[in-house]
Amino acid sequence: MIKTKAAIAGLALAVSAVVANAGEVEVLHYWTSGGEAKSVAVLKDLLTEEGHSWKDFAVAGGAGEAAMTVLKSRAVSGNPPAAAQMKGLDIQEWADLGFLANLDGVATKAGWDKLLPKVVSDIMKFEGKYVAVPVNVHRVNWLWANPAAFAKAGVKIPTTWQEMIAVGPKLKAAGIIPLAHGGQAWQDATLFEAIALGMGGSEFYNKAFVAHDDATLRSAKMVDIFKTFKATRDLIDADSPGRDWNIATSMVINGTAAMQIMGDWAKGEFTAAGKVPGTDFICAPAPQTEHQYTFNIDSFAMFGLDSKDSKVAQDSLARLIMEPKFQEAFNLNKGSIPVRQGMNETPFDSCAKASMASFSSTAKTGDLVPSFAHGMATTSSALGAISDVITNFYNSDQSADEVVVKLANAVKASM
Amino acid sequence: MANQRRFTDMLADSMPKLVLAPSFLIVMVCIYGYILWTVALSFTKSRMLPQWKFVGFDQYTKLVNNDRWAVSSENLVVFGGLFIIICLVIGIGMAILLDQKIRQEGLLRTIYLYPMAISFIVTGTAWKWLLNPSMGIEKIVREWGFEDFTFDWLVNSEMVVFCLVIAAVWQSSGFVMALFLAGLRGVDSEMIKAAQLDGASMPTIYRRIILPSLKPVFFSAFVILSHIAIKSFDLVTALTGGGPGYSSDLPANFMYAHAFTRSQMGLGAASGVMMLGGVLAILIPYLYSELRGKKQ
Repeated sequence: MIKTKAAIAGLALAVSAVVANAGEVEVLHYWTSGGEAKSVAVLKDLLTEEGHSWKDFAVAGGAGEAAMTVLKSRAVSGNPPAAAQMKGLDIQEWADLGFLANLDGVATKAGWDKLLPKVVSDIMKFEGKYVAVPVNVHRVNWLWANPAAFAKAGVKIPTTWQEMIAVGPKLKAAGIIPLAHGGQAWQDATLFEAIALGMGGSEFYNKAFVAHDDATLRSAKMVDIFKTFKATRDLIDADSPGRDWNIATSMVINGTAAMQIMGDWAKGEFTAAGKVPGTDFICAPAPQTEHQYTFNIDSFAMFGLDSKDSKVAQDSLARLIMEPKFQEAFNLNKGSIPVRQGMNETPFDSCAKASMASFSSTAKTGDLVPSFAHGMATTSSALGAISDVITNFYNSDQSADEVVVKLANAVKASM
Repeated sequence: MANQRRFTDMLADSMPKLVLAPSFLIVMVCIYGYILWTVALSFTKSRMLPQWKFVGFDQYTKLVNNDRWAVSSENLVVFGGLFIIICLVIGIGMAILLDQKIRQEGLLRTIYLYPMAISFIVTGTAWKWLLNPSMGIEKIVREWGFEDFTFDWLVNSEMVVFCLVIAAVWQSSGFVMALFLAGLRGVDSEMIKAAQLDGASMPTIYRRIILPSLKPVFFSAFVILSHIAIKSFDLVTALTGGGPGYSSDLPANFMYAHAFTRSQMGLGAASGVMMLGGVLAILIPYLYSELRGKKQ
């Protein structure tokens, strides 16, 4: 009896010695659907291999809206999770309120500055210090096309917006909806963003949607962009309002529609339907944006913690996220590409390879721009104001001259 | 002995107060306390989290100049007005018809009342399918051979607010019917018989005698329906998602979007206060007339 007690005590001691440096990280995220949940499990396994424990805090719903609401209440009550999935300018807002931890220790050791393009690392930093870790990159300016539909109508896949509008009637004559689109504010903004980048160019885009330059927002070029945007309305079927993006994608998959402008998360729908990139579907850059790249990056912001053990675990989590092993496994599951530069490309499919090549090359030329429609370029209040104007314009008979004034005023009011 | 009795008496006296105290406290803090908190927030520049930097009426100025707010309040007037009027008309009509001592009244009453048992989310989703041009009513009528039939209100930004009215009326008119049916049953049958003896026709009896005596029921129905209209949020979310564009937004949707997802808590609070103002504008005259009636 005494012996067993001693043995148990000894065992307990031994165990506690092992876990002395092990902490717990609570991770708030909204990756709950099939492929996404698998991607998160990869990170969890890597972390537990290092002896830390992972406390899952998944909040599903509303593309992260529900998760953000939970996060706010947790943070205000002084009990934030160790890490929270967060995007773009939200990181700056949280850091500004003093909630986020400094990750410079991990970042300098692993050399993140060299591994990440500057536009990306700028988003992860607050006042020059890393406060968040990027997980993946989505390219938003993709054109997804069904080649069979184009063959049926006898037209080529458009490479400019003028061509796009020109092929519309021919596709319609063949009984095909030219452009699959879901009439939701963020999808309207995604389409508009691609047109603005293609017709305006990267410099114009940055001036208008990153710097919010008033003159650029009111410029004649912007009027032209809005006119083209309205012209795409004719390419869309009447039932689009309220349609979810994946329903629109399925229209391209089954050939009722010819193409869709959507980020590379649409690829998952194609591959899940057993379609092969290059033959069954084509992923091409959105018209006129072949040498440009709008990025949408998922990241984890790290919150300031009191417990030392938890801080150690948090640092391990940050380091693991940027390591090649996780970057590869995660992005293969998720359909996006690694944010880390210089990764092995072989396991990825042709669309992802194209995306990776373009990501590195545009990072050098300055044509790598943040997607404003997905909260990478503006605060949520400015984004809300801009997308209100865009979606209202798209769904009413407002003129392009009127809308640029509305846009400039709305942006000013949201500041 | 005497002491103990006094204690039990005291306890019995204060029992109602003691029992009510917790719920009173909860209501005071969680309803009225938070109303005051929201009013205070609406005067600050709060964005993502509450911030106590006061900016006076700035948020209200922003709100008044906001196009989306204008659309949503306009929608509320159209939606609320039509919803209340149509519900009252249909509800009273059905109640009168059901009151004609017909067979199977219990069954019919249940059928009409049942939509009330489902949530607006379900109503919204079902009507979304029915009103969708490519799979609902328009498609069926076209398949019957009326090729030119169009019913595309759901995807038409000018007409979409009427879709909200259709779905909301479908859900709530049965409830109004039940209210009026209960009222009609309470009308003294002697009075009706007397009127009949005097030679009044049935429509006249309803118009001149029965309906005027149902004034309190009118009031309750009106107040309940206007509450439903002002706080409608789930119906819009399920039926239209605010679209096309934001043409079917109601103030509650505006408030939620700004306070919780767009990091503009101050503006969201200001719109919440405006909605409260709307409710009070309806409620205060009602309470006033009720209280005055009691005194007399």
